[in-house]
Amino acid sequence: MPVPAIELRNISKSFGSIAANKNINLTVNRGEILSILGENGSGKTTLMNMICGIYFPDHGQIFIDGKEVVIRSPRDSFEYKIGMIHQHFKLVDVFSAAENIILGMEDTGKYNLKKSIEQIKKISEEYGFDIDPNKKIYEMSVSEKQTVEIIKVLYRGADILILDEPTAVLTPQETDKLFTVLRKMKENGKSIIIITHKLHEVLSISDKVSVLRKGEYIGTLITKETNESQLTEMMVGKKISLDIDRSEPEGCEDRLVVENLNCTNSDGIKTLDSVSFTAKSGEILGIAGIAGSGQKELLESIAGLQKFDSGEIVYNNPKTGKADNLKGKTPLQIRELGVRLSFVPEDRLGMGLVGNMDITDNMMLRSYRKGKTAFLKRGAPKKLAEKVVSDLEVVTPGIGTPVRRLSGGNVQKILVGREIAFAPTVFMAAYPVRGLDINSSYLIYNLLNEQKENGVAVIFVGEDLDVLLELCDRIMVLSSGSVTGIVDAKNTTKEELGILMTKNSKGGYGDEQ
Amino acid sequence: MIVAFITRAIMQAIPLLYGSTGEIITEKSGHLNLGTAGVMYVGGICGVIGAFMYETHTSSFNSVLAVLVPLLASVLGSAIMGLIYAILTVTLRANQNVTGLALTTFGVGFGNFFGGSLIKLSGNTEIPSIALSNTSNAFRTTLPFADKLGVIGKLLFSYSFLAYAAIIIAFIATYYFNHTRSGLHLRAVGESPATADADGINVSAYKYGATIIGSVIAGLGGLYYVMDYANGVWSNDGFGDRGWLAIALVIFAIWRPNIGIIGSFVFGGLFIIHNYIPGLSMGAQEIFKMAPYVVTILVLIIVSTRKKRENLPPASLGLSYFREER
Repeated sequence: MPVPAIELRNISKSFGSIAANKNINLTVNRGEILSILGENGSGKTTLMNMICGIYFPDHGQIFIDGKEVVIRSPRDSFEYKIGMIHQHFKLVDVFSAAENIILGMEDTGKYNLKKSIEQIKKISEEYGFDIDPNKKIYEMSVSEKQTVEIIKVLYRGADILILDEPTAVLTPQETDKLFTVLRKMKENGKSIIIITHKLHEVLSISDKVSVLRKGEYIGTLITKETNESQLTEMMVGKKISLDIDRSEPEGCEDRLVVENLNCTNSDGIKTLDSVSFTAKSGEILGIAGIAGSGQKELLESIAGLQKFDSGEIVYNNPKTGKADNLKGKTPLQIRELGVRLSFVPEDRLGMGLVGNMDITDNMMLRSYRKGKTAFLKRGAPKKLAEKVVSDLEVVTPGIGTPVRRLSGGNVQKILVGREIAFAPTVFMAAYPVRGLDINSSYLIYNLLNEQKENGVAVIFVGEDLDVLLELCDRIMVLSSGSVTGIVDAKNTTKEELGILMTKNSKGGYGDEQ
Repeated sequence: MIVAFITRAIMQAIPLLYGSTGEIITEKSGHLNLGTAGVMYVGGICGVIGAFMYETHTSSFNSVLAVLVPLLASVLGSAIMGLIYAILTVTLRANQNVTGLALTTFGVGFGNFFGGSLIKLSGNTEIPSIALSNTSNAFRTTLPFADKLGVIGKLLFSYSFLAYAAIIIAFIATYYFNHTRSGLHLRAVGESPATADADGINVSAYKYGATIIGSVIAGLGGLYYVMDYANGVWSNDGFGDRGWLAIALVIFAIWRPNIGIIGSFVFGGLFIIHNYIPGLSMGAQEIFKMAPYVVTILVLIIVSTRKKRENLPPASLGLSYFREER
């Protein structure tokens, strides 16, 4: 047995009460590529951040070349020749490539950019990179930036390279190029850890695969001896029965018809690619997908918060019987029609509630326009606040408490309570149970079911496949901004969803502009 | 008269140049120190305290010591101001704007309190100011050959050592930012502290260093104002709004100390030009006094419409950094 280049034993890390990593074990040898596979929130990035000194583990040991080491800072990790290419590039925009590459190096001798540039060119030739060391980062495309990051760790002489979702931002051609470089590094005896949730990439590039799920270490497999379905099963886990009540959808009408929706972000990357679907009244439509597959953009496009390039969103108004096109309507007009968006998890307070205001005032955020005089009337919102607090069992010292001081679950309840109080016809909920305990989660499920029985078209974006399977009537799966399937929740399996979620859509991301 | 105007404008410019060079160094680390006005005030009064102590306690007046004592006192005073700002904003991550404004208020009050005390000690009850003419003379020693060179001598060599030091410091700062490893690291800290941190740069150390050194340099501007420009006469609130003008100059100079040199001359000239245009009414004078600020606004407009990334303020200016923030 060769001594592994890096070995992790029983590594654990918690943030507050949430365990991000529980007893993780990993080994990588020289000249070996290890893939770390897991859904979002499974703790992959946290684990890697501990190897490169951004976080410090609560428990466990790290061995480099068989010797136990303590990595307290990024500087320590350089000492052990560990280099990380972060998912969100850590580069200074106004610096040139060369300046970024040498940043933080404590070379003895004079500061000599020219000498460094020559060395950068040498590395570029060796691995076949095409990069202008004098080009400024802000003038670069995403893949050029990534190249700079890779050269940066090579320039430091890293022997262990960690790449955090390197292909998420690349076109298929760029991905191929990257993989060629990685294979070359492997030949040169470097150890590579690559984080990804694209199964076909795992199978094509890696020697070993380690799977994490919800912060726990599931196991390690030899890539050659495994296949997609086995990996998917390890990644999503066995089906767990949750016993969520699900009534048969009744009186379904097409409420919201989305056709060929396309959306591009500020980096010129397509976030939504020809998305088409129909949300029906009296039904819960689930949306599954790896985080960042376009869920946020889709919901925000419907709510009028995001501009989209092309496509149609048609709302069939049950009151007038007319079909309204939501394109070109302001968020306020869309809300008036009865289309409600709630819960944007990354920013629960920022998007929906004002943290420093109390519950009553937060209720008023939605109704203040209805007032006839310049003065606020607190009566009705106060009643609503009291109703929400008692109906949804919000734990709070009183309705005068600033929302910021409540726990996540209670904040969530206030937000859902307020939106439901305005009798929506389309109700969109993104990750409504994230961070909630089991009882609160069930309360939210019941609320969604209640809305469904009232004939509301509910769109539920979730991350827990078990919940999606038991709560929803149909599930639409998004992968890299395109719909990879719309399935009947009763007749599908977790594995099927997992495969759809990691499926490479027809063209991947479009070429960059 | 033009020669007199230019020399006067340059003397007017030097405190602004110190202030802006110091502020640029601080801002390059991502910290907007609005306390610069207060720091310069403290730099000035500490110099005055030092000089007063020396003048009143020495029997044999030594020019070198007369310069060194106030200089050290001034450096110490402004370094402490910088340290207070750094502890509050770097370690305790307090809001930079609020901290800066508080320091300005504090610095002005500190200066006026001790200024008033010294005036009382000196027993000068008729005019509320304190004159340290001996110290000032020591500070204003010029090169011996300046008088012999006529106009050129007057234009180029008639200033005191602190004036030349201001220009040299500005050039050194420019060189430091662009041609040293440590300067590169400092800029990285101000642009993207997370990147600098991941690259193993000690972010807090750079922030502390830049804030304290920046404050010391800014404080020298206050010292120059009292000892050279005002001929060693301290009067409360005499420094005026030069601290704010220095912060405006940072924007005018688009965060480059070498442009700050020219900018400070322009500002200095605009600041006093109303005295040199004959026949101006009071109203017209006030309009001319606005000129530096109008120019700053124009520069802001031009810079923000051209949107060249290098000309923008450091990207993380005004933001606190905490490594494990998620």
